[in-house]
Amino acid sequence: MRPIANTRSAAGIPTGRLAIWWVVGSEIVIFGGLLASYVLHRLGNPEWAGYAAHTNVWLGGTNTFVLLTSSLSAVLAHKAAEEGDGKKAAKLLYFTCLGAAAFVCIKGYEWTTEIKAGFTITSNTFWSFYYTAAGLHALHVIAGGIIMLIVAESAKRNEELHRVEVIGIYWHFVDIVWIFLFPLLYIAK
Amino acid sequence: MTEIVQPDAAQAHDAHAHHADHGEQSFWSKYVFPTDHKMIAMQYMFTGMAMALIGGFMVYAFRMQLAFPGIEVPMYGMVTAAKYNALVTNHGTIMIFWVAMPVLIAAFGNFLIPLMIGCDDMVFPRVNRLSYQIFLLSAVVLVASFFVEGGGFGGGWTAYPPLSAKAEYSLTGLGSSLWLVAVALEFVAFLLGGINFVTTAMNARAPGMKMFDIPIVVWMIVIASILFMASVGPLIAGAVMLFMDQNIGTAFFDPDKGGDPILWQHLFWFFGHPEVYVVLLPAMGISAEIICTFARKQLFAYRTFLYTTFGTGVLSFTVWAHHQFIAGIDPRMAHIFTITTLLISIPIAEMIFIYIATLYGGSIRLTTPMLWALAFVAEFMIGGVTGIFLGASGADIYFHDTYFVLAHFHYTFFPIAIIGAFAGFTFWFPKMFGKMMNETLGKIHFWGTIIPFNCIFIPLFVLGAAGQHRRVYSYENFPDLAIPHFQDMRVFATIALLIMLGFQLVFFYNCFISWRKKEMDAGNNPWRSTTLEWVAESPPPHGNFPELPHCYRGPYEYGNPDREEDYFPQNLPA
Amino acid sequence: MSEHAEHADHHEVNYVKIWLILLGLLVVSIAGPFLEIQVVTLVTAFGIAIIKAYLVAKNFMHLNTEPRYAVYMLLTMLMFVLLFFAGVAPDVMKHEGQNWVKPRVAVVEAPVHH
Repeated sequence: MRPIANTRSAAGIPTGRLAIWWVVGSEIVIFGGLLASYVLHRLGNPEWAGYAAHTNVWLGGTNTFVLLTSSLSAVLAHKAAEEGDGKKAAKLLYFTCLGAAAFVCIKGYEWTTEIKAGFTITSNTFWSFYYTAAGLHALHVIAGGIIMLIVAESAKRNEELHRVEVIGIYWHFVDIVWIFLFPLLYIAK
Repeated sequence: MTEIVQPDAAQAHDAHAHHADHGEQSFWSKYVFPTDHKMIAMQYMFTGMAMALIGGFMVYAFRMQLAFPGIEVPMYGMVTAAKYNALVTNHGTIMIFWVAMPVLIAAFGNFLIPLMIGCDDMVFPRVNRLSYQIFLLSAVVLVASFFVEGGGFGGGWTAYPPLSAKAEYSLTGLGSSLWLVAVALEFVAFLLGGINFVTTAMNARAPGMKMFDIPIVVWMIVIASILFMASVGPLIAGAVMLFMDQNIGTAFFDPDKGGDPILWQHLFWFFGHPEVYVVLLPAMGISAEIICTFARKQLFAYRTFLYTTFGTGVLSFTVWAHHQFIAGIDPRMAHIFTITTLLISIPIAEMIFIYIATLYGGSIRLTTPMLWALAFVAEFMIGGVTGIFLGASGADIYFHDTYFVLAHFHYTFFPIAIIGAFAGFTFWFPKMFGKMMNETLGKIHFWGTIIPFNCIFIPLFVLGAAGQHRRVYSYENFPDLAIPHFQDMRVFATIALLIMLGFQLVFFYNCFISWRKKEMDAGNNPWRSTTLEWVAESPPPHGNFPELPHCYRGPYEYGNPDREEDYFPQNLPA
Repeated sequence: MSEHAEHADHHEVNYVKIWLILLGLLVVSIAGPFLEIQVVTLVTAFGIAIIKAYLVAKNFMHLNTEPRYAVYMLLTMLMFVLLFFAGVAPDVMKHEGQNWVKPRVAVVEAPVHH
């Protein structure tokens, strides 16, 4: 069910890729707005360093490692899709999804320990931002993982291979957001 | 810069076969769950119109209260202070998010963009369908908020905390949250739709259609979508934060617990100001199309108009805090925002000059759409110049939150959302339905709307300058404002409103009899216009063009001396 | 299709090598705070974040071979975020000004152990 409109590329790149860049653009302002709000408060309240000391840099670092590795598998999946190897692309996408799942599990464990220690979302505004920013990011991780599963389903039959690159670009963006969240929430103490 | 991929003949042929499969569509797939951009446009149009009726009914109720305070309003009941707040809040919210945006951007954008750029549908028809479904859900959630315990949210469409964040202040705990969820859903719908529009306009143009051959209304809707995408982000973040303040007990905006309510204001207005340009640009685009067609003249300075629009778009991000001059912002920022606000009047004025220059020397036909387009220009100018008073922070110390502001933004929003919508609707009705509307009824409706409109809002400028504040349900206890002279003005404005609402019946009657006509008397191009949508049949079939057109020239080739006809359509070879 | 020729350039980049560089940078950014010099921590934390983001954008997202307008669009969005920050900072970041104060609120943090 693809209209002819979808197959044209007057702007010089395929339609799917053009669209995902606009998605990434709008997501930059969403996360940017939230993180800018956080930074404004954080810079204006140096005492928040005391609260931030309780975040676990090792779990955060592990999650960074997980996402960087899943970005690698996502771009390798794109390379495989370009070479026409749908099965390999699908396998690599499944591995990336595994990374998404690992990320969410580690975060779940991390949050559980923090909540048990008494640091809930309503403890103070630092923790409100912490859970909101990381939570919004985690929602994007979950959404990305689900979409990757759908793309992999078609890819393993060598269908719609161009979608591998498109979801890859989204995934790299999710990775980049975390690359900035990590120092903001875990290192700047 | 752009390489244009030509759809080859084989592809076009495939399209034939492909579309033949679509011949028999069930009622559900054609009308309820369509992916065809034209049908989705109709869905947005009628939902927007229905919401306009609701928003209009709200105006009726609260204006009756202001004119005849304390008296039960027929067909509504008593307008208490709480009900008044909910009415004005939801009137504003509905008119901007559920009338102006769906009609001007989603309906006209969906209908016009594929037709005007010469392709068969949007690039992502199923995402298009999804965006309408999310939009419809948002409308349902908003209307539901009126019927829950406590009633609809009443904290102003601007929803400043702590009033909007704490149920013990707003008295509308559930209503406030539903309002917020509805607005958030509407944002998601328009983000999805916007990506579709921008990608389609960038990529799916007809072969031969270069960037400067694109009709202005398509540019305007695309730029508006980009402005929306770039500005709504911080407010989405803010809406998430406010929702949590309302329901989980976080304190993002609670000063008692380390939050900052001014942060909400900034998050809101960083979006709120570009938003007014998001709705303005499509209305200007619609007027441009109409003015060129009915002056039989090309747009005076197409590229200047376009570059000016880009400049306006960028500048619109630098003026937002003029809504917060007396909120307690840093006065040095107030200086900066005054300068940028006054600056932004210049490009808009330039665009108005371009309209006037386009009309000058043209062969003007005062059809109904042309009357609406001209009224847009004239009335919007009044709105624009009154904005200059408000942009100067010193004057704004007095004017802020008075009816002067209200009259200013109605002199801008009404031309945008109502006049612009009627202009577009009467202009493209023949294309949408294959039949001509009745000109006489159209003109009666026009004058019956415009004259009362001015009678409503000019008194409000006077009242505002006299110090009458907004969002107050009765002035009986304000001795300086309760004098008969002013109360007479309130009554006058309200009666003008009733007359204006009455004349809308003429419009609905016109729509009904025109739509019901047996004869398809419009033909493909009743206005003898140059752009590609007039090449298609009226109404266009699924797939729009049996043979996708090629574009050979710019969009406003009127008055070419070498031609017998006074117009040169874009799709005809030289 | 001409795009294949474009994409062939991508394979010149060794993705695994980039990944190893990213991991190395990650280690440095975690190690930074242990030196307990604030400037160093800030540079390693945020400077490295910017470098990592650049590497991912250039090599994994292939922004270096995309049409230029994609980069301009993304940078413009980033610029709007910075504009937002600049316009709001004088109000939200400061705690006092001409005739006003925004007192810091001391929140009692009482960890509850279950």
